[in-house]
Amino acid sequence: MDYELIGITVLWTFLYGYLIVASIDFGAGFFNYYSALTGRGPIVKKVINRYLSPVWEVTNVFLIFFYIGLVGFFPSLAFYYGTALLVPGSIAIILIALRGSYYAFHHYGNRESLWYQFLYGATGLLIPASLSVVLTLSEGGFIDVSGDEVQLNYAELFTSTYAWAVVFLAIVSVLYISASFLTFYAHKAGDSSAFNLLRKYALFWSGPTILASLLVFVSLREHNPDHFQRMLDMSWLFGLSLLFFAGAVYLIWKKKRLGVSFILVMLQFAAAFYGYGASHLPYVLYPYVTIYTSFTNDTMALALILAFIAGLMLLVPSLYLLMRLFLFDNDYVKGKK
Amino acid sequence: MFEYDPVLYSRILTGLTLAFHTIFSTLGVGVPLLIALAEWIGIRRNDDHYHLLARRWARGYIITVAVGVVTGTAIALQLSLLWPNFMQVAGQTISLPLFLETFAFFFEAIFLGIYLYTWDRFKKKIYHLLLLIPVALGATLSGFFITTVNAFMNAPLGFTMENGVLKGVNPLLAMFNPATPTKMAHVLSSAYLTSACVLAAIAAFMILRGREHVYYKKALRLSMTVAFVCAISTAVIGDLSGKYLAEYQPEKLAAAEWHFETAEEASLILGGILDENNEVKYALEIPYALSILAHGTPDAEVTGLEEFPEEEWPPLVVHYFFDLMVGIGMFLALVSFVFMVMKWRKKSNELNRVLLWLIVSTGPLAMLAIEAGWFFTEEGRQPWILRGYMTTAEGATTSGYVDIMLYLFIALYAVLAVSAAAVLRRTFKANPAERELEKLGMK
Ligand code: HDD
Ligand code: HEM
Ligand code: HEM
Repeated sequence: MDYELIGITVLWTFLYGYLIVASIDFGAGFFNYYSALTGRGPIVKKVINRYLSPVWEVTNVFLIFFYIGLVGFFPSLAFYYGTALLVPGSIAIILIALRGSYYAFHHYGNRESLWYQFLYGATGLLIPASLSVVLTLSEGGFIDVSGDEVQLNYAELFTSTYAWAVVFLAIVSVLYISASFLTFYAHKAGDSSAFNLLRKYALFWSGPTILASLLVFVSLREHNPDHFQRMLDMSWLFGLSLLFFAGAVYLIWKKKRLGVSFILVMLQFAAAFYGYGASHLPYVLYPYVTIYTSFTNDTMALALILAFIAGLMLLVPSLYLLMRLFLFDNDYVKGKK
Repeated sequence: MFEYDPVLYSRILTGLTLAFHTIFSTLGVGVPLLIALAEWIGIRRNDDHYHLLARRWARGYIITVAVGVVTGTAIALQLSLLWPNFMQVAGQTISLPLFLETFAFFFEAIFLGIYLYTWDRFKKKIYHLLLLIPVALGATLSGFFITTVNAFMNAPLGFTMENGVLKGVNPLLAMFNPATPTKMAHVLSSAYLTSACVLAAIAAFMILRGREHVYYKKALRLSMTVAFVCAISTAVIGDLSGKYLAEYQPEKLAAAEWHFETAEEASLILGGILDENNEVKYALEIPYALSILAHGTPDAEVTGLEEFPEEEWPPLVVHYFFDLMVGIGMFLALVSFVFMVMKWRKKSNELNRVLLWLIVSTGPLAMLAIEAGWFFTEEGRQPWILRGYMTTAEGATTSGYVDIMLYLFIALYAVLAVSAAAVLRRTFKANPAERELEKLGMK
């Protein structure tokens, strides 16, 4: 494997990590608000808070990590996307800022407020929608490059079926991933009323998730036939993803082995996400930039990879400790600690 | 009215975001040290007041961390959005510390999460304290890494530029450039100083409000001791920073001192104004002091601005920022010194109202010194974004709508500032230390 591929694989893995942990968090915010509105707030609140409180900051770091890694490994991308994304990027920042701080204010400031919960729930859906724009743009057709001039074509973006399909997919996947995780967590906590409610949510959102994925496939064929063709070459990965999906939904429906079912959900998204990413290569901004034209110098690449390995040796044990204390410690999950 | 200029708006927006972030990140770097000290003393002396102190400080800290995290995220992303050309070059040369910084955040975030939720989970109290070490270390390291990036902008090293093409990149050399040692030491030391002053100011204010409990006195003594040590070290390192400037960025030092002609036995200028012929008026001059600050001896020669083309002069207002920072630095050292002496001499009462009010003022003043110091160093680098290689105008975005983004961010920071203040106030008002002491059965 060359440095370029190692670099993009590392980054893609962090983006995948962000996709999972952030989805859990984003969806939890929405369910929290939705059930508060429908008078079922107390049922799910405990489960959600218990898990989210210790980890919210960690979620944010995944995003930063991906972004800084991108600038480090592929500096020219900073130029293209940085110029094109000023407005959507700034809006995403503002949403993230509101969400993070209001979560802390609500939670540590010890005051219940429906308004905070609304902010927290609404931003949870808007952030994935606005971040998904980056993936849409990478398909080409929305960014015009001529010499040093880079411009985002808003009219094109807002009228594109493909762009809207991606937004739809982002939102429903968030709800589906989150609900299936929280189902598992509620089950572990032995909280049966929360479990029943969350299980319903998980089953409800599984259908739209598959529908949205199909929509994205179909509209990509119109939008970027080249990429669509390469995706067909990897269709086994997408088929695998579908299998994982079927398995996960079956287990949730049967109320069996919920831990395994969440792992299947993760595998479902992993297969589709890596399939999408691998078929996108070598382009990172179609058709202008590939991983080879935007890559940093070899010295920096090596330094970053070494730093990454050293960092992992520090992080993996710490993450393990975090999970042991808050995710796999039965007394904690059940609220006895 | 104005013509739209993305460079100008990008500069204002960057300055605004950083100025706001630095309030929280400075506390983010410094406060864990104080929490750790309090918890450690609590364990060693078996004194529960210090435990409660650590707990309450941590409770306020988490709110400031939250705002630090979200504004930090904002500026990290804004660097690419507003300075895409600069980031393209920076990405190739100085992304190693940026990358390492995220690891430091990660590390800090994980252990902070654990620390906050495990106050009573360990049988041995010392385990809980041990969790704080990675938090304090992570915060300090992230301050260190980001400061090396800024140092690199001031003293770029570790690459060569041939006809606009970057060659021979050496990430470690770029990171450990000549500006790094003084900058890093000064930033960290001033962050500890400022955090100690802010916490001392709160304790002093509570005592002035009539709170009698010994808990507040312990808080005040601990934070003032840290403030004293760090005030001295900040001033000493500040002096070394001056020597760094004299050697590597003489134009910045000259602009800070309105030192136009190269001369020996240069005097330091305090305050004053400049007339249209660049003559200094109404200023206080301290003979030889500039030569001492720059090179350590009274007769040394100090480079003046005349040796640089005028379009490369930094804006001359940096003089006031420099004076403000140094003035406050002296004041902080003095106040904490007086407090230490009075505490040490049993006869005198260090809790007299005048001294307490002076201590209350050190909190906001220290924060002001941080802002002044950064505005000095960032404005003093102008017109360069990467000194000697790329100007700020070359680094900026060409995109439209930066002005509208600026207004959006002003609104965002206003909302965050107001809500953070309100939440902090409410948290501590609703649950005063006395009530908690009582609940825990302490006297
Ligand atoms: C509480 C805050 C504080 C205090 C009391 C001082 N400083 Fe400072 N100073 C900073 C906070 C700071 C800072 C915010 O941390 C800066 C801005 C950028 C930097 O590297 O550190 C800084 C920069 C800075 C620089 C520029 C370094 C550069 O551009 O590379 C010099 C020469 C000094 N300081 C010198 C001093 C001296 C002689 C002080 C005497 C008391 C002093 N500072 C007190
Ligand atoms: C946290 C304290 C800081 C404050 C208050 C601060 C303040 C400012 C201000 C006022 C400007 C605008 C200068 C001008 O254009 O006239 C600026 C520019 C800038 N700063 Fe800083 N800064 C801080 C730290 C940093 C650090 C640590 C970095 C390094 C990553 C950095 C990177 C930049 C960049 C890239 C610009 C834009 C280019 C320029 O204007 O020269 N800043 N900052
Ligand atoms: C003197 C300058 C700076 C210092 C001392 C500093 C320090 C810190 C610290 C300690 C935090 C953790 C939050 C907290 O504990 O409050 C933080 C957050 C953050 N800072 Fe800064 N920072 C500085 C400037 C910058 C600059 C220029 C950048 C841009 C690259 C930046 C990027 C970030 C990011 C991305 C976060 C959020 C990390 C997360 O998600 O946890 N900081 N900063």
